[in-house]
Amino acid sequence: MTVVASFLVPVHPHPLLAPEANEGYGRLRAAFEEAAARIEASGADLIIVYSTTWPSIIGHQIQADPNPVWNLVDHDFHDLGTMHYDFQIDAEFAHAWRDAAEQRGLTARTVNYHGFPIDVGSVVSLSLLNRNNRIPAAIVSSNVYANRAETTVLAKSCIDAAQAAGKKVAVVAAMSLSNRMFTRRIEPEDDRIHSLKDDEWNSKILQFLGDGRLEDVGQLSRTIHNQIRVQKVVAFKPMWFLSAMNDHRNDLTGEVLAYEALHGAGGAVVHLDPASNGKGDKEYDEEDVEVFGGDRNVLDTESDHAEDGTTAPQAPASSPGSGPALWDPVEGEDAVNTDTAPKPVGAYPHARRVGDMLYLSGVGPRQPGTNAIPGGPIHDEAGQPLDYDIKAQTQAVVTNVERVLKEAGGSLEDVVDVTSFLVDMDRDFAGYNEVWAETLGKVGPTRTTLAIRALPTPIAVEMKVVAHLPK
Amino acid sequence: MGGGQIVAGCLAPHPPHLVYAESPPQNEPKAEGGWEQLRWGYDRLRASLAEVEHDVVVILSPHWQTYVGTHFLGLPRFEGFSVDPVFPNLFRYTYDLSIDLDLAEGIHAEAMSAGLDAHMMRNPDFRVDYGTITTAHLTDPSWSKPLVVISSNRSRHYYSVEVMQEMMAELGRATRKAIEASGKRAVVLASNSLSHRHFTTEPEVPEDMSHEHITSHAMHLWDMRIIDHMINGRSKQLLDEMPEFTDQAIAETDGGALTWLLHALDLPDYNATLHGYGTVIGTGNAIVEWPAWRHREDSA
Ligand SMILES: [Fe+2]
Repeated sequence: MTVVASFLVPVHPHPLLAPEANEGYGRLRAAFEEAAARIEASGADLIIVYSTTWPSIIGHQIQADPNPVWNLVDHDFHDLGTMHYDFQIDAEFAHAWRDAAEQRGLTARTVNYHGFPIDVGSVVSLSLLNRNNRIPAAIVSSNVYANRAETTVLAKSCIDAAQAAGKKVAVVAAMSLSNRMFTRRIEPEDDRIHSLKDDEWNSKILQFLGDGRLEDVGQLSRTIHNQIRVQKVVAFKPMWFLSAMNDHRNDLTGEVLAYEALHGAGGAVVHLDPASNGKGDKEYDEEDVEVFGGDRNVLDTESDHAEDGTTAPQAPASSPGSGPALWDPVEGEDAVNTDTAPKPVGAYPHARRVGDMLYLSGVGPRQPGTNAIPGGPIHDEAGQPLDYDIKAQTQAVVTNVERVLKEAGGSLEDVVDVTSFLVDMDRDFAGYNEVWAETLGKVGPTRTTLAIRALPTPIAVEMKVVAHLPK
Repeated sequence: MGGGQIVAGCLAPHPPHLVYAESPPQNEPKAEGGWEQLRWGYDRLRASLAEVEHDVVVILSPHWQTYVGTHFLGLPRFEGFSVDPVFPNLFRYTYDLSIDLDLAEGIHAEAMSAGLDAHMMRNPDFRVDYGTITTAHLTDPSWSKPLVVISSNRSRHYYSVEVMQEMMAELGRATRKAIEASGKRAVVLASNSLSHRHFTTEPEVPEDMSHEHITSHAMHLWDMRIIDHMINGRSKQLLDEMPEFTDQAIAETDGGALTWLLHALDLPDYNATLHGYGTVIGTGNAIVEWPAWRHREDSA
């Protein structure tokens, strides 16, 4: 299991700097400490923080300074004191996450700058949830223009990277529930939720979360945002992130550890355990999404327009350019087709089932939606050779194979036989073999590797896969 | 005392890109130039401000965002290192600034007596926001004058642009009264862009000007309309249209700086000087000066 625990925590500095100022702040502090103990107990070896107080504009920023150290003072509550921080960041994971995000069509970058201003939500949560700083962390920004689809894909890219690294992850969403504060300074003893309406909505959200109905809260995010959120920069997005990190489940085991007012805003510490509570059902209203299709680029005049009139993403640097026409996969009684795999270059399905056996059409590294080639194409449109990364291409092939298998109800574990085609055996065999060993090699199918002159698109590797599906 | 006055008020936006493009010693990243239209505009503004003696510069920046009242930097000196959280690749600036504490406290007191919630910020570890630093640098790279730094209260988010304007009108009047009472000559700076829709990708070389243009025609039309009001002395009409402009152009006037400035200047009906206009990663930026001192001499 990749995600071993999820938490919702508030972003205000009071539980960190002034837990004694009122009983509610003290209860939040105690709940943070309980959450910290649960993270320890979960065996997590990575803490992921998605913070609403770190907005970004250019894609998604991922902290990659291995040891950020600074003194942070809150813009409003500077009189509460200074938050000194000294964190341990998993920079290697940050880079892997960025790469995984780019593979799924997102714009992402790592930031590694001395003195980078880590936001208050991240500082409060990491200070209180990881107090001896034992577990390395990753912090990601909240893009101001990102919608649900993009936020979901961001979470999936995080899972991709965590799975590849074999990490056990505790996920933290740093956010307020209702975020309306009193607009004048109040004394701590007078603190309460700003209005009855905010309090009622908060209670409703916490009832859902206590019941483990995370995806339902995700589906309600826009409504919640309109009802009880001051329209600051970042919307009620963390629920999208948190839900996608938990496979959009509605049957988690939830527990509200505390709920208190923070200068009028609703602050809660909630634990969501992946263990199923045995009830709860998916009630999908909105579609799941695997790759980011570029909806944010509506104003980007450089983007291409797809046939259906929607705005396509900017062609990534690794776009194959003009190549063979793409076909919709052929439908048929035994055919298995999925939008999460790249479109065929001819009239055939992604896979075909015969009894328990699944025969896949040749799978390459092209990305569904964008058609980009991770690791880059092997030649440009004029046929001039380009440098490319065989490991990235091979990894993308394996991921695409996995997507087709998933659509058929299987997984990589079910693969029994593979024929691989390389266009340059001398150059690429070692890199291909390395990725194989880390992925399919662990499953143990039979394998044949052949050198061939060319493939239909400018790719270096393709696999022909046969799987035996579980009953 | 008395006899103080605002000698000039300026719209002085704070894209960190402009500091980056200049490559001053205080900023770590270095560039090959870029955004020259705006940087030439700042050259003209600096030349113009050099013609008028002043003792202090008062700045309101939308990047010191406060939700609980209006705050003022409240210690004589702040030193530190400012990294833009959105464009850390472009802006990592070592600053050392002095505060005119008397005037800061004077405006604070006036704001309180006008019924606003106001606070002095006296934590020495506080990191001054990058909007203030960028605007201060671009108007005076030698940092020769003490500053008064005012936070941007986000009443627009809590209520509406209309409520924001009412509060900022009060703060503007309080600022003017306190400056007059101080006996000092002040330059007043509103640090904000106009239309504020960004591109969400950045070229490999950020200063590659072949990528720079406004995000949409509608944004351009709004910016030109607002500039037209400014350079033709139509402050009141500009303020009347502020709610539509702020919403439709997603304008950075939401932080209230421009409304505050126009009220500090007592709703000027004389023409402002446009020193420059240009886009930065798609957002519209105008450098505009209301040369109040010239107007006073003219009418004297
Ligand atoms: Fe700004």
